[in-house]
Amino acid sequence: MFELFSYGDAGWGDEILRGLAITVQLAIVTLPVGLFLGFLAAFASMSKLAPLRYLGFGYTTVMRGLPEILTLFVVYNGVGLLINAILHWWNPEASPTEFSPFAAGVVALGMVFGAFAGEVLRGAFQSLDQGQVEAGRAIGMTERKVFWRIRLPQLWRFALPGLGNLWINMLKDTALVSVIALDDLMRMTKVAVGVTKQPFTFYLLACMIYWAMCVLSELVLARMEKRANRGIRRAS
Amino acid sequence: MHPIEIITQYWPRLLDGTLLTIKLTLLGALIAGLVSPAFALIRVHASPMAQAPLRLYISFMRGTPILAQLFLIFYGSGQFRPELQELGLWTFFRDPFNCALLAFALNSTAYQTEILRGGILGVPQGEIEAARAVGMSRLLTLRRVVFPHAYRIAWPALGNEVILLMKASALASIVTVFDLMGRTRQIFSRTFDFSVYLWAALIYLCITALFVLLWRQAERRLDLHIDARHKVRNANQPQKDTMT
Amino acid sequence: MSQPDVILKAEDIHKSFGQVEVLKGISLEARNHDVISILGSSGSGKSTFLRCLNFLETPTSGRVTVHGEEVLVRDGKPQNIRHIEEIRARLGMVFQQFNLWSHRTVLENVMEGPVHVKGESKAHARERAEALLDRVGLAERKQMYPSQLSGGQQQRVAIARALAMEPDAILFDEPTSALDPELVGEVLKVMQSLAAEGRTMIVVTHEMGFAREVSSEVVFLHEGRIAEQGAPDEMFANPRTDEFRRFIANAM
Repeated sequence: MFELFSYGDAGWGDEILRGLAITVQLAIVTLPVGLFLGFLAAFASMSKLAPLRYLGFGYTTVMRGLPEILTLFVVYNGVGLLINAILHWWNPEASPTEFSPFAAGVVALGMVFGAFAGEVLRGAFQSLDQGQVEAGRAIGMTERKVFWRIRLPQLWRFALPGLGNLWINMLKDTALVSVIALDDLMRMTKVAVGVTKQPFTFYLLACMIYWAMCVLSELVLARMEKRANRGIRRAS
Repeated sequence: MHPIEIITQYWPRLLDGTLLTIKLTLLGALIAGLVSPAFALIRVHASPMAQAPLRLYISFMRGTPILAQLFLIFYGSGQFRPELQELGLWTFFRDPFNCALLAFALNSTAYQTEILRGGILGVPQGEIEAARAVGMSRLLTLRRVVFPHAYRIAWPALGNEVILLMKASALASIVTVFDLMGRTRQIFSRTFDFSVYLWAALIYLCITALFVLLWRQAERRLDLHIDARHKVRNANQPQKDTMT
Repeated sequence: MSQPDVILKAEDIHKSFGQVEVLKGISLEARNHDVISILGSSGSGKSTFLRCLNFLETPTSGRVTVHGEEVLVRDGKPQNIRHIEEIRARLGMVFQQFNLWSHRTVLENVMEGPVHVKGESKAHARERAEALLDRVGLAERKQMYPSQLSGGQQQRVAIARALAMEPDAILFDEPTSALDPELVGEVLKVMQSLAAEGRTMIVVTHEMGFAREVSSEVVFLHEGRIAEQGAPDEMFANPRTDEFRRFIANAM
């Protein structure tokens, strides 16, 4: 039984590990993209300009209402078509290119993460103590300084629990990219199943690996929250 | 092909898929909704040791991708085909719809249990003591005081969970269930017309919007009930007590 | 033109929130070493007026002059935001709710302005911050976070934070109103010592004792206007308006 999971030609250990590496890479690359989109969405939805507000609101509402797998297909197929259309228009001779599944995964998962993160960040911005912001202004800080030195460090504290949840959701959502043929953990598991004819064993193994990553993330997040809250007592 | 042509030509399939999506979601949520109250009570009242298996189950369901859970049930059951055949369960597991429903119900049970647990913990202790003080039995207290209040607290979160389940139900298409997502992929693979995805997105958003509306309506009903009791507007009406 | 020793001058300040006019034309002049107490019942506009002086509220109209530099306001908008930031750096402010930055230690709170607004070196700022904390009696608590301090201690840190900017004048916005009664004294004592060393202070307060004993001038606001103004002894001895008489009677 254990030789199935061993490293090398005989077992599937190395293939699964390679898949795991792709999964982790995908999640880590998506995170900054998603955070960036989340900040954009939060700023847009708090903007003084009504069109920007509608844009932010529309983005977060629509993205949160769509199945992630649909978003992934839309990005994978849609952006692929778009690229080829542009390519064709620019140079009719060009051969059609494929939109890389990894890039599609980053964009799609990043868009989903960004929509939810936008809501988390907006909530966090609104729970900041306005008095502390005023205290910054009162000693002559520029709005930029107030943002970087007061708002952002405090924002972190309010946003961390919500963002932590989103990270875990995104980590799980990476499994979807196996459907568009990215060789992540899920897909390598499928390959192993195809050869060994032991679907339960291998899917259970995959589940265990995802589970371990989620539990590990939770532990790290709990520590980060503790750190972010240092010196701060809460009534409840 | 023109986006309008897609919908005029393929609307029966999309409608068919939409109905299946709704069926899958509501059935999954309902099954989970029937099991979760008991689990939630265990989570609130049982000793830590007795809770351990339940907590492990919830942690597993929340810590693994639904897609993996679905594959584990749908493909994984194949590994035990002889045993399942012997038990007469193989026909159940051979059907992708059944497997998807089972996976979603199991998954949603974990989430609903935790939501409901939060609701139960949110019921003020005083209300429970008051129920005891008028001589209600444990069971009666649960039915008349704890659960009505807990559901009122948990209602918005439960609604969110149903929406999440609806979105997750699109994964069923990957194990060849022809729900809305499945039909959409099928049509795309024939026409290579991208607009079918946009139609699907629109339909999903409509389902969500409609559901949110209905859920809020129901929430208002719950509030009304609480209001009525507080204002003693019901005083001159016979108490609805047929269920007890 | 204002005389050289006039530090802060406000002329005909108006402020409306929507339809409600809160300030109906207030003028005030603070010279070097002045300690001006602003009194008034709640809703009289005294806090709003104070916040107009460093533009935390933008006056609807009027003119504020700090050290001869004038900030013009047109259509409820200051003309130059950089200028306002400079002015804020020269006017310290102490808030009712302290508003210490909860994510920074006591010492960091005091060092923040000198380092990040004035661009002082960290070593220099730290040295001065430690001296200031010593002065308000909190040298041993410099590594604590604000939430670990009592309200009175937090307010003393906030005063040290204002002093660290070496301000030309300090604005106090009801600095003792949020404190438990037994903690008011320690803050007032610090404020008294600041007055004694000749700091220019403008204090919105409910503390009659402070207004009477410490300040050089008392201003009484009523419904957005200055109802009475003068030297404290004179004013408290002979209130000229019914409003001020009633106000004193209620406060005693």
